[in-house]
Amino acid sequence: MGEAVLILGATSAIARATAAAFAARGAALYLASRDLDELQRIASDLRIRYGVEVHYAAFDAEATETHAAFFQSVLANMPDLSGVVLAFGYLGDQQAARDFKVGAKVIASNFTGAASILSLCADHFEPLQRGFIIGISSVAGDRGRQSNYVYGAAKGALSLYLQGLRNRLYASGVRVITIKPGFVDTAMTYGLPGLFLVASPQDIGERIVRTLGKQADVVYLPWFWRYIMLIIKHVPEPIFKRMKL
Amino acid sequence: MPVLTTSISGWGRYPVQTCELERPERYADLRLDAACLIARGQGRSYGDAALNENGRVLLTGRVNRLLDFDMEQGILRAEAGATLAEILAAIVPQGWFLPVTPGTKFVSLGGCVAADVHGKNHHHDGSFGAHVLALEMILADGSRVTCSPAENGELFWATVGGMGLTGIIGEVTLKLIPIKNSSMMVRHHSAGSLEQLFGLMQDAAIDDRYTVAWIDSMASGSRLGRGVVMCGHHASMQEAPLDSRAKPARARNIPRDFPAWALNPLSIGAFNALYYQREGGKREPFLSDYLPYFYPLDAIANWNRMYGKQGFVQYQCVIPDATAFDGIKALLQELSGSRRPSFLAVLKRLGAQGKGLLSFPMAGYTLALDLPIRDDGLFTLLNKLDEIVLQHGGRVYLAKDARLSAETFRAMYPRYEQWLAIKNKFDPQNRFSSSLSRRLGIGGTHG
Ligand SMILES: Cc1cc2nc3c(=O)[nH]c(=O)nc-3n(C[C@H](O)[C@H](O)[C@H](O)COP(=O)(O)OP(=O)(O)OC[C@H]3O[C@@H](n4cnc5c(N)ncnc54)[C@H](O)[C@@H]3O)c2cc1C
Ligand SMILES: NC(=O)c1ccc[n+]([C@@H]2O[C@H](COP(=O)([O-])OP(=O)(O)OC[C@H]3O[C@@H](n4cnc5c(N)ncnc54)[C@H](OP(=O)(O)O)[C@@H]3O)[C@@H](O)[C@H]2O)c1
Repeated sequence: MGEAVLILGATSAIARATAAAFAARGAALYLASRDLDELQRIASDLRIRYGVEVHYAAFDAEATETHAAFFQSVLANMPDLSGVVLAFGYLGDQQAARDFKVGAKVIASNFTGAASILSLCADHFEPLQRGFIIGISSVAGDRGRQSNYVYGAAKGALSLYLQGLRNRLYASGVRVITIKPGFVDTAMTYGLPGLFLVASPQDIGERIVRTLGKQADVVYLPWFWRYIMLIIKHVPEPIFKRMKL
Repeated sequence: MPVLTTSISGWGRYPVQTCELERPERYADLRLDAACLIARGQGRSYGDAALNENGRVLLTGRVNRLLDFDMEQGILRAEAGATLAEILAAIVPQGWFLPVTPGTKFVSLGGCVAADVHGKNHHHDGSFGAHVLALEMILADGSRVTCSPAENGELFWATVGGMGLTGIIGEVTLKLIPIKNSSMMVRHHSAGSLEQLFGLMQDAAIDDRYTVAWIDSMASGSRLGRGVVMCGHHASMQEAPLDSRAKPARARNIPRDFPAWALNPLSIGAFNALYYQREGGKREPFLSDYLPYFYPLDAIANWNRMYGKQGFVQYQCVIPDATAFDGIKALLQELSGSRRPSFLAVLKRLGAQGKGLLSFPMAGYTLALDLPIRDDGLFTLLNKLDEIVLQHGGRVYLAKDARLSAETFRAMYPRYEQWLAIKNKFDPQNRFSSSLSRRLGIGGTHG
């Protein structure tokens, strides 16, 4: 039985690279996001380059009421689903997101929508006693900062959710991996000021797939972000609150 | 779309200009959303063709999906940002090859169409555009149209070789050629003088599908124009049983700029003498993997840093058959008299001119020279070379150019007026405009 992987948010550059790394080792893929036209192009590309089977369908993380039917049709096409990569996310304008009417979308896209679809994935894999869930969170979820705390809070909530899920599914042998990328050169960050140590999506995609061969639960990508965040997390709050971050 | 304002250059690292880069990830985001814009693929043109000083540059590198591959017919449709390297990786294992390839695989499909690139097989197979079945274009009015030799033919032939000035090339459908395996059967012939070199290149018994000559640019006097003619073809199954395939070389990188003195007449002269002995000494036919054969320089990442941080100019011209020998000889004499070292001097044969109205190739011989920029004297020399080229009825290649004048361009490209009429029809406000087009006055004043 070959590997079969569902990629949620498959039009993101990180997801594309992750899908390519899976396809390079022969995995069949199911791509999902809101942009069907792009999904079709990406699906053709993966079929031609890697000769693998690729399905795709529309999926909107915010439309949680559609998730059950969506996941059913994924399973109808891929009954032997091996795992799921949750890559969707939304940064938006973090200044505007201070207004809850805007911020709610950030929370729904990064966290609520993720909690909804992940609950279905977990219920599917748990009784089968196999499978993996890779969730792409962010270093931004490690500590709240004035410049992006709405996104950070949603990603932080996602990290906690994945942590709890890992704890729940451990007994049934389902792996849950939390990926925390630093800056990656994608549409989300293109042209933003103040970026440093920016990684390429290809590099991140390959590393995401490689984590399956390792023991790690929470993976910072590239690795040095673990230490950068270790320092940032340990700045005492009385000092941190004075900083312009 | 977000914009990143930064300084960029072409492969020659001259000129360096501040541009506003936008980088769509999605096909639908390939569009004209500024007053004026130029598309940029891999930035492997040498000068200012893919620059737009203080204006918008659209990076196509992320819009690079392979969309359709008919393995029976050898027809590939892909987004214009796809590189030849990506395409080769997908098609070679299936027994197909590019009909035409330039000397680097790190170029985009869009760049190959826009410059109507040629390979070592132009005298047999023509240029890139001759193998393009169709294009999808994004035009100045925002419309998306298909064009091919049969459908919207005038737009097609204004775009092939049109240096990105007719619109954004979105998708390219290309006819591939079949190969039996990935190896090349190669044969070298050395020539002690320019006369001998031309003799070899005109000899049908020696010529092959791919023919190119390396010239020792430092040789002078009776040795002027000495070099090695290198011929090759895709090996047959008999010539290359699968297990004897040559292995491609390990990738290398030039991590930083060489100091200006590293390439001087002495070091280049010594290198050339060595190269002449080594390559010219290969008398017997030999097998080579296609990668080192077609793309020897790709094995060294950032080799353009060899020329130091002031950059360099690649001067490439073509001289028509009738005057080719005299013209090339005059160019080499001028060059060797100037004592300006050219690290690379390559001579290729070109076949009949294609239908691309601004395309470079015409029947004759094309000479390419890499010349580091040390001082303004170089530009004086290049103006002299322009005169020689004009006198002999030739032209300079825009994809390599950084310094030609508007008047010389007009004199070299007699089909320009015909091209301009089509440009004015599809882009009346001249919104597709680049630093090169403004320098050469292509497309009139910028709207
Ligand atoms: C080592 C080396 C060897 C080379 N050998 C050869 C050779 O043998 N023969 C040859 O002919 N050339 C050769 N070239 C030149 C090169 O093939 C051309 O300059 C080619 O256009 C580069 O493609 P690119 O994707 O880098 O384009 P860029 O340099 O990014 O752009 C070149 C031109 O194409 C236009 N363009 C790019 N993409 C699009 C698009 N999607 N829509 C509209 N316009 C577009 C740009 O506006 C610009 O005018 C060589 C270059 C190098 C560096
Ligand atoms: N780039 C970075 O520096 C960085 C750093 C840390 C973490 N991350 C995380 O990495 C992941 C990938 O991001 P990226 O950088 O590649 O950014 P991106 O290109 O903006 O990708 C985000 C993807 O999420 C999808 N998406 C957004 N809202 C959705 C919704 N409601 N329903 C379904 N899909 C939705 C989008 O797909 P459609 O528009 O097609 O629906 C889009 O492809 C994200 O989770 C991001 O938060 C990125």
